[in-house]
Amino acid sequence: MGSYVPNTLKEREEMLKEAGYTSFEDMFSCIPDEVKLKRPLNLPSGLSELEVARKMEELADMNVVFKSIFRGAGSYDHFIPAIVNSVISKEEFLTAYTPYQAEISQGILQSIFEFQTMICELTGMDVANASHYDGATAAAETIPMCVDRKHKTAYVSATTHPWVIQVMKTYCFGSNTKLVVLPSKDGLTDAQALKSALETDPEAACFYLQQPNFFGNFEDAEAIGEIVHAAGAKFVMGVNPLALSIIKSPRECGADIAVGDGQPLGMPISYGGPYVGFMATTTAMMRKLPGRIVGETTDDQGRRAFVLTLQAREQHIRREKASSNICSNQDLCCLTASVYMAAMGKEGMAEAARQSMSKAHYLREGLKKAGFYPVFHTEFFNEFVTTCPVDDKELLDALEAEGILGGLPIADGSILWCATEKNTKEDMDKLIAIASSITGKGGLSYESNI
Amino acid sequence: MALYFMKSHEWLNELDDNTVTIGISDYAQNELGGLVFVNLPEPGDEVTVDEPFADVESVKAVSDIYSPVSGTVLEINEELLDAPETINDAPYDAWFIKVENVTAHADLMTEEEYNAYCETLAE
Amino acid sequence: MNLIFEIGKEGRGLSLLPKCDVPVTDLPENLKRQSELHLPQVSENEISRHYTKLAQRTHGVNKGFYPLGSCTMKYNPKVNEEMAALKGFRQVHPLQDESTVQGSLEVIKMTEDILSEILGMDAFTLQPAAGAHGEFTGLLLIKSYHTDRGDTKRTKIIVPDSAHGTNPASAAMCGYEVVSIPSAEDGCVDLDALRDAVGEDTAGLMLTNPNTVGLFDKNILEITKIVHEAGGLCYYDGANLNAVMGQARPGDMGFDCVHVNLHKTFSTPHGGGGPGSGPVGCKAFLQDFLPGARIKGNIEDGYYYEDSPKSMGSVKMFHGNFLVVVRALTYMLTLGKEGIPEASANAVLNANYMRVKLAKKYEMAYDTTCMHEFVMDLSELKHRTGVSALDVAKGLLDYGVHPPTMYFPLIVHEALMVEPCETEPREVMDEACDTLLELYDLAEKDPEWLHAAPHNAVIGRPDEVGAARKPVVKYTWE
Repeated sequence: MGSYVPNTLKEREEMLKEAGYTSFEDMFSCIPDEVKLKRPLNLPSGLSELEVARKMEELADMNVVFKSIFRGAGSYDHFIPAIVNSVISKEEFLTAYTPYQAEISQGILQSIFEFQTMICELTGMDVANASHYDGATAAAETIPMCVDRKHKTAYVSATTHPWVIQVMKTYCFGSNTKLVVLPSKDGLTDAQALKSALETDPEAACFYLQQPNFFGNFEDAEAIGEIVHAAGAKFVMGVNPLALSIIKSPRECGADIAVGDGQPLGMPISYGGPYVGFMATTTAMMRKLPGRIVGETTDDQGRRAFVLTLQAREQHIRREKASSNICSNQDLCCLTASVYMAAMGKEGMAEAARQSMSKAHYLREGLKKAGFYPVFHTEFFNEFVTTCPVDDKELLDALEAEGILGGLPIADGSILWCATEKNTKEDMDKLIAIASSITGKGGLSYESNI
Repeated sequence: MALYFMKSHEWLNELDDNTVTIGISDYAQNELGGLVFVNLPEPGDEVTVDEPFADVESVKAVSDIYSPVSGTVLEINEELLDAPETINDAPYDAWFIKVENVTAHADLMTEEEYNAYCETLAE
Repeated sequence: MNLIFEIGKEGRGLSLLPKCDVPVTDLPENLKRQSELHLPQVSENEISRHYTKLAQRTHGVNKGFYPLGSCTMKYNPKVNEEMAALKGFRQVHPLQDESTVQGSLEVIKMTEDILSEILGMDAFTLQPAAGAHGEFTGLLLIKSYHTDRGDTKRTKIIVPDSAHGTNPASAAMCGYEVVSIPSAEDGCVDLDALRDAVGEDTAGLMLTNPNTVGLFDKNILEITKIVHEAGGLCYYDGANLNAVMGQARPGDMGFDCVHVNLHKTFSTPHGGGGPGSGPVGCKAFLQDFLPGARIKGNIEDGYYYEDSPKSMGSVKMFHGNFLVVVRALTYMLTLGKEGIPEASANAVLNANYMRVKLAKKYEMAYDTTCMHEFVMDLSELKHRTGVSALDVAKGLLDYGVHPPTMYFPLIVHEALMVEPCETEPREVMDEACDTLLELYDLAEKDPEWLHAAPHNAVIGRPDEVGAARKPVVKYTWE
């Protein structure tokens, strides 16, 4: 069996005696007999490191690892520079906890301050917190920031990732907040429907818009922001951080709060987590931000120092009056994102964003020739929706046989595709050829080399 | 000016125009330490006797501020939002809110009574 | 030291991406970013050195003793990290077809089953990402249950005054009114206060056991019975599970739902604040309300997801912090049925060993057998010497020991809460005790030295009041 208890049995005996106990049973007499577990746990015996590694490797091998991935929908297979893993594997970062003792946690605190700065830069906002569990929970936590006695209803566009809407709904079930999903039109937020909904609701608190949206389409965020503000509500944007290196920032679109999932910034897809949510807002709303915030100050000798600040907003002080119960942050994932952004720089990020977008456009053209027609006709980033003229399972199985993870089947038999800078022209030509050979369209054929 | 005090350390000042201002005492600011923020109500809000109408934040604590009267908030001291240290520096100048239409008062102490009361707390 | 924005030069960078091999699509003008984007312009060498410096300015479990009470800062085994780095776990998309992720589903199912056995529950969800997130999920289970029965008058959650701040905050997020009940003199639940508090409006009770002062509440069966008889449910905050795993089970104590912290009890690294994982377990009658899809099937015929129509929805995207779960499962399989109770027994032994040594000088808030942690009360020392719990904590920094948790729980005034964990060698604890006893003497002899501590850290005490009055929360370019 495995164990990480260093003290020998003899030492344990001595320690028990020194603490005044005759045995472990004697020590545990503080647990009433009627709740004691009087049998061994019904679990397998412990394993040596060699055995446990073998077992876990077996499990990992049961998963299919695709050579090329054309599926996104909230989890994107971008390139990760080698320096990222090297930095986040440092044991000090890995094994520290929330920096309660500033004097011996300057490294963590400074890295969070740098993360906050980079998120402010990307979003154009004034202040960012030290992060959330993921983009969806960050989105849900914007609602209590906007709801008050006079503003009670939250709105979200139907073009938002369905899972994000679901998390928002669950959070609103908790807080007894009314959440309204507003309809989409041709793959974009229906601005007219938004306008009439907000105009007739004097209690509208906020509207959430995803940019680019779930279908990959670019929304006219500035125009939507104007509609939202005209109704006296807050404009909240959920954004893809990589795209922000080339597209208008939330600040440029008039957002009051910007959130998103930091996964594209150096985090592996990892069957869904851990990722990190970011949140940034204006100075005016700073004290409504949930979560940890690091601030710069000086020490007793005037040296630069970093501390957790504005803590009186938080649960450990405000208890039931806090607007959120969030206690920790996803620090190691913030660090991942920071190192990624430092390594890529603004040029590198813009290049990754442009290449992802260009490849998605190339793929869409190819798929169109193969008979998979674009469903929407609007500007898009690195995801797009096509029709699927054949059974989607037939297509996806054929791709899987060649080590390709195809797009995600979504409503009405359509498919949501994604491309990143990692997908080569060769991979895409292969995908298009397989698709073409199934539909018999496009004059392309693909011969399996298996 | 004649100030009246609550046991929870708020002061009340009655002005000539039938309005009152409310703040916290020197004893209170001293106990709370360096204040870093104050949350105030909005003009037009109703305040109720013995109920919190604001809170003050220090680095590691947040404390409710109770109202010595019932009435309507006429004005708030916006200066405190930018400079909460004013409360530490000059607690009797740093009024939080001005209240009109006062309908009820809490049991209040005179300055002399309040000072004696603070003496008992120190023991 | 410099920020990463203050090093490097315009034009520096890494060479990471090839040229685009397809025609470049340009963004239309109206969508293009107008404002400048400031990001570091640094070489790989500079990045490496910058973060090495930051690491050197950070105290982690690997660097030294970290007896931070209520946080269970145990050693984080390296094999866990290796397993989480396996390509078969890292490079799998969350929306892959079930048939291609049977390994992931088996990891999740095994973890759910093992946790169910340890906690005495019937089902688990791994979706919540942290302890507080687990509390939120657990309370939504309680809310879903009452709502489903049409029992809408239950609007209150009872929380002891010794509880962690997340408990009342979680209850408030779930739309509940919080009823705080005072603790009895022995630090445990005051049964009379509890009887007075429960009623037709009680939705539930939130409790840790052992409680936040490190004591096992001997009345636990009576407590859960009182709440159940009033029609409420009992929620177990698993913050302190490391004391009792394999010794006693919340399910047998009368709790209906629980959360556990994989980053505490099950050895996954805290990562400077996260990512963690806060699985939530429950008895069978609550399982239909759990968030996310349930895993059905078995290893032979294959696992698959099934939605539950009564589910509360989702509390997070996808399937939780999967790689954290991989680490925790590696740990649970390593320890097995023998190692799990061995860990808790030694966690409790180490705490009592230190408690007895320190009681020679320090006053204990509750002078009796503790579980995995204990609370010292420095009120008397402060009254006599002016040296506070904060001063002693800062003094410890000069000795390479991370201080215990300060000023928690709130019911003890000058509290220092010590949790050594089972993974500390005896001599490390001996040394820490010697240091703490030395600091006690120093409080009497040279209080000024302690008021000014730390003396050897990279910074002295920071100006927190200034930081909060005029917040500087990001770097500004000239």
